[in-house]
Amino acid sequence: MAFDYAPAPESRAVVDLRASYGLFVDGEFVDPAAGGSFKTVNPATEEVLAEVAEAGPADVDRAVAAARRAHREVWGPMPGRERAKYLFRIARLLQERGRELAVLETLDNGKPIRESRDGDVPLAAQWFFYHAGWADKLEHAGHGPDPQPLGVAAQVIPWNFPLLMLAWKIAPALACGNTVVLKPAETTPLSALVFAEICQQADLPPGVVNILTGAGDTGAALVAHDDVDKVAFTGSTDVGRAIAQAVAGTHKKVTLELGGKAANIVFDDAPLDEAVEGIVNGIFFNQGHVCCAGSRLLVQESVADDVLERLRRRMTTLRVGDPLDKNTDVGAINSAEQLAKIRELTAVGDEEGAERWSAPVELPTSGYWFPPTVFTGVSQAHRIAREEIFGPVLSVLTFRTPDEAVAKANNTPYGLSAGVWSDKGSRTLWAAGRLRAGVVWSNTFNKFDPASPFGGYQQSGYGREGGRHGLEAYLR
Amino acid sequence: MSSPAVTATPAPDRAGALADVATSESSLRRFLHGLPGVDQVGAEARAATLGTRSIKGDAKAYALDLAISMVDLTTLEGSDTPGKVRSLAAKAMRPDPGDRSCPQVAAVCVYPDLVATAREALTGSTVQVASVATAFPSGRASREVRLADTREAVADGADEVDMVIDRGAFLSGRYLRVFEDVVAVREACLRADGTRAHLKVILETGELATYDNVRRASWLAMLAGGDFIKTSTGKVQPAATLPVTLVMLEAVRDFHAATGTVVGVKPAGGIRTSKDAVKHLVVVNETAGPDWLTPDRFRFGASSLLDDLLMQRMKLSTGRYSGPDHVTVT
Repeated sequence: MAFDYAPAPESRAVVDLRASYGLFVDGEFVDPAAGGSFKTVNPATEEVLAEVAEAGPADVDRAVAAARRAHREVWGPMPGRERAKYLFRIARLLQERGRELAVLETLDNGKPIRESRDGDVPLAAQWFFYHAGWADKLEHAGHGPDPQPLGVAAQVIPWNFPLLMLAWKIAPALACGNTVVLKPAETTPLSALVFAEICQQADLPPGVVNILTGAGDTGAALVAHDDVDKVAFTGSTDVGRAIAQAVAGTHKKVTLELGGKAANIVFDDAPLDEAVEGIVNGIFFNQGHVCCAGSRLLVQESVADDVLERLRRRMTTLRVGDPLDKNTDVGAINSAEQLAKIRELTAVGDEEGAERWSAPVELPTSGYWFPPTVFTGVSQAHRIAREEIFGPVLSVLTFRTPDEAVAKANNTPYGLSAGVWSDKGSRTLWAAGRLRAGVVWSNTFNKFDPASPFGGYQQSGYGREGGRHGLEAYLR
Repeated sequence: MSSPAVTATPAPDRAGALADVATSESSLRRFLHGLPGVDQVGAEARAATLGTRSIKGDAKAYALDLAISMVDLTTLEGSDTPGKVRSLAAKAMRPDPGDRSCPQVAAVCVYPDLVATAREALTGSTVQVASVATAFPSGRASREVRLADTREAVADGADEVDMVIDRGAFLSGRYLRVFEDVVAVREACLRADGTRAHLKVILETGELATYDNVRRASWLAMLAGGDFIKTSTGKVQPAATLPVTLVMLEAVRDFHAATGTVVGVKPAGGIRTSKDAVKHLVVVNETAGPDWLTPDRFRFGASSLLDDLLMQRMKLSTGRYSGPDHVTVT
């Protein structure tokens, strides 16, 4: 008999799903003015989870007006130490409802419960705790002696880390005295709606946080609204470019956190077993739906065969399947649309002559799935080495010298993150100083901390989120 | 000091392509220091992640029985007596007197002077007699004394010998000396009939301090002919930890890939609960692979672990937690 882990599903009973959800405007759930709605599905099963309201221009007007009034009358004038109390309260409520939020996130997004339970939710709470601490100390943040909030922030977030991206956006905005109108992604609106309930539970004054669900049109109407002072967006480079054009020439301050094609550089003196873990974590964490994913492995030729053999062996142990199972390592692709995009780009990889290898896993028959995949024999000229796939697909390139590694790593229109694996500190520091990436991880990958600023070079966007630096985006 | 002469390359059959790495102090050092390093943070994070695996139902029943069959039931106290050893042996053969389906343990592990007692008590059973030797636990004696200790245990009927390495020599970089010790003890394990007692090499990882050292000592012990590599004596803290076992399992996996030779792993000391034991089995399963999920390749050196495994086993079959009074004391 083999050691087959019995199914260990997390219970869905902690989640009380409603059949339909309204918009959260001015402290209350309301129906959209035009009455439109859309369905959100569990990508692991294609089961419809709930009906969600679609916000139109009239709803955007209402939400921005509520945020404006809350900023003018309550939140803006409130002393930082009082705002901090609300943020601390929200952080504690996120912890208290952690299990519910983790299960909900996994249902709506498809990510493994281990990651939502041990990653997304605790990090989201951490973001609020950290920023609560800044609320009464802003004059010491290095952004002038008397920094002031901007006003109303329009925030549009992606589907890959729905709750965590919400926390990245809302926590600093509120700590700095701004009010927000946030639009979650259309495929993952549910955790934001539970967050709206948490705002009610925390007695957050009405209008400080408003949540508008909807698709691209809702987001476009929100960022284009005249009475918005700040636009913050995380998502694709294409949409980011459209937003930058829409707000050009206005008074609005903008931060954009966009795509990436990060290099994970493994030198021949790297701790190889841990490097393999870092490669796996870099590209298969969250099904590769990570803007800072280590999607390009740059490995020194002298150890390339050894590293690839270890990587393939390790990948055969990855457990792909039911995201609610506590032993699942890789979950479902978030949507049919994203799955089609991954299939299209990997087909291009085949056509361009790269060699495809996928972990031998049995994929579920319903839902959206893609096996963990590695392309070898990839060159800088291949599309799979240049374009963001945003899925569990790794492109492997080799290098001979440190200069070549850095040149190849930097040879991309993006620049969000990079990883360096070496046991030689001087080499790591040398490489980190030359890599054009907002974050460089040394002997690790995909590590996040609210005290550490995050953001990109070039087409990966501009502005920083997190840390003392991230406050600047919400102050004047 | 007169040490018996040993050949520097005792086991070319085992080391395969690596047979010549121990031909000199410098080549052995070059080889051991050429092994990839271990990143402490990364290794501990990997072990912690594997520790979150949820093992339930049939998988748990399988794991508990497997763990019981891998226990080296151990008593290594100054107060040990023949009576204590006999009672331990009885428990080893029938861990749960009320349930015949309960597997027996792998071995009983005692000091050399009690080997004969254990041998007699286990007559007719397949439970192995393991003896610590080589001036256990410190190893601080001349090579001659350590070899005499080993020969006596083997002559008295030990199936397995758990030796300690000279950590002082290892930490001061005298790798060839440690290598030759292991080679010599392996030779001392030979019986008159040409068969040989199984050799487990205790690294005492708590004294080696770094994972880099654990990896180097593992390879050293495997190259020199150890059949098993074992974490600890149980007399030094920390003893077995999940990341240490992980690093050693990576070493046996890579040694097998390089030479075709199978070496086992035995974490010992500090594993007291079923939960800990199951975590170790998960690490075995996902590091060295399912081929290592057998008492021939993986053991637990433990005294109190067996009781918890038995209580968890009873709970799984009866649905009730019966408590320590339902498990035999020794």
